[in-house]
Amino acid sequence: MTPVLELTGVAARYRGARTDVVSGISLAVRPGESLALVGESGAGKTTLLRLLLGLARPTAGEVRFDGAPLAPRDREQMRRFRRGVQCVFQDPYSSLDPRRRVGAIVAEPLRSLGLDSRAGAAPKVAAALEGVGLPADAAERYPHEFSGGQRQRIAIARATVCDPRVLLADEPVSALDVTTRVKVVELLAELKRERGLTLVMVSHDLSVVASLCERTAVLEHGRIVEQGTTAQVLGAPGHPYTRRLLDSVPRLP
Amino acid sequence: MTLLDVSGLTVRAAGGRALVTDLSFTVDSGERLGLIGESGSGKSLTTLAVLGLLPEGMTVTGSAVLAGTQVVGAPEKRLTALRGRDAAVVFQEPLTALDPLMRVGRQIAGPLARRTGLKGRALRDATYEALDRVRLPEPGRVARAFPHEISGGQRQRVALAAALACEPALLIADEPTTALDVSVQAEMLDLIDTLVREREMAVLFVSHDLAVVAKVTDRVLVMKDGRAVEEGAVRDIVGAPREAYTRDLVASARALESALDLRSAP
Repeated sequence: MTPVLELTGVAARYRGARTDVVSGISLAVRPGESLALVGESGAGKTTLLRLLLGLARPTAGEVRFDGAPLAPRDREQMRRFRRGVQCVFQDPYSSLDPRRRVGAIVAEPLRSLGLDSRAGAAPKVAAALEGVGLPADAAERYPHEFSGGQRQRIAIARATVCDPRVLLADEPVSALDVTTRVKVVELLAELKRERGLTLVMVSHDLSVVASLCERTAVLEHGRIVEQGTTAQVLGAPGHPYTRRLLDSVPRLP
Repeated sequence: MTLLDVSGLTVRAAGGRALVTDLSFTVDSGERLGLIGESGSGKSLTTLAVLGLLPEGMTVTGSAVLAGTQVVGAPEKRLTALRGRDAAVVFQEPLTALDPLMRVGRQIAGPLARRTGLKGRALRDATYEALDRVRLPEPGRVARAFPHEISGGQRQRVALAAALACEPALLIADEPTTALDVSVQAEMLDLIDTLVREREMAVLFVSHDLAVVAKVTDRVLVMKDGRAVEEGAVRDIVGAPREAYTRDLVASARALESALDLRSAP
């Protein structure tokens, strides 16, 4: 099966920098299969996510979407790409516009992709809110009226309202309390199961990764040191860095 | 001997809403207590109240006696004498806790000089030694650096060195590892554990993460919505939580952790 998203020999650097932040990255995301990008601060996780979102361009190698090289100038392809690939960010306190009602926030992708008029969007917004377990009247309220976990649900509703195939999530639960974290992890698992959504998740939290993703790639200093099925990578780590990460996770007595 | 005795502590917001309600606990000399709870549980406000550092507009009633001094209602002058000597604090975010315009060495030399009266070369040597004790490599280089020039983990070690430089009877640590990477967190917890043990210091450790608290303390107080839910040995709380809220907390932590175990099975 053609990967939905694929990086082949990709390198990237910050504007004006002389060295690459990530290099020699090859990975593929197949439809319906979820991938976790794991590593610590500065490992290049967010840079990879930016490349996968088409927000940064590689200095070497290629980013492919449905088998074709991603070309930000190709408007037709970018429209298909934006519709097919949506994202959820880490901090639901800064990723939602505080001055807009939740209904307008969730409808945003439909509007900017030109998929629906305001009236046409309403039932889709209601369905998306219901899908993430929020009451229908949530659409009329503002983000500050919701807790952190509920806000992350709103962000997930916005990302899923246009029925994308891939959800890119940057540390989607790390800003949440542990009881809320479990519930949002359950919601993401349900979206995967019921809609066949492909999830690409950046996380430093190995237990969240193990709960959600079939495949894991471990990044250290901008390079992939190990990748494979999550069971294999986290169950029988081959690289000392992966072992060190696993050993560092604090466990309950 | 009781070092910190909090009883009937109530903190109210400017509008009168209670943020911490009728909270009571004690920490003996050399004892370690964990305050655990989720956002909004009042755990951080409790530590600020103990140090007399609550934001303007909040009102405190009840009692918090630290090393024999009543903190609630005490004048600023008496509190200044208390802070550092009797209790020092390490906050969650070292980037905001350290002065961005002051070299790291001076931020440690300050409290050191105040406590020991050292000057000149002797003070510099003591500063390097303090940095060395929190296992910072090249103390000379780190001492000359500004906070933004070192990593997050190194910054938190500096904050810990500054707190320990005062040789406080009580170390208050408010989510000291939440902003750190998991491997850096493990080193930091180990470091706190070792240094505190050597000095027989008491610790009040605040966190939302049961597994992290369990690494450092043996007794925990669970908080929710500004009230104490239950208190006991970490082992008992994790093994046999009595209250519904604690059960929920432990079950959530276990659920995430077990995902890791399933995958570890061959």
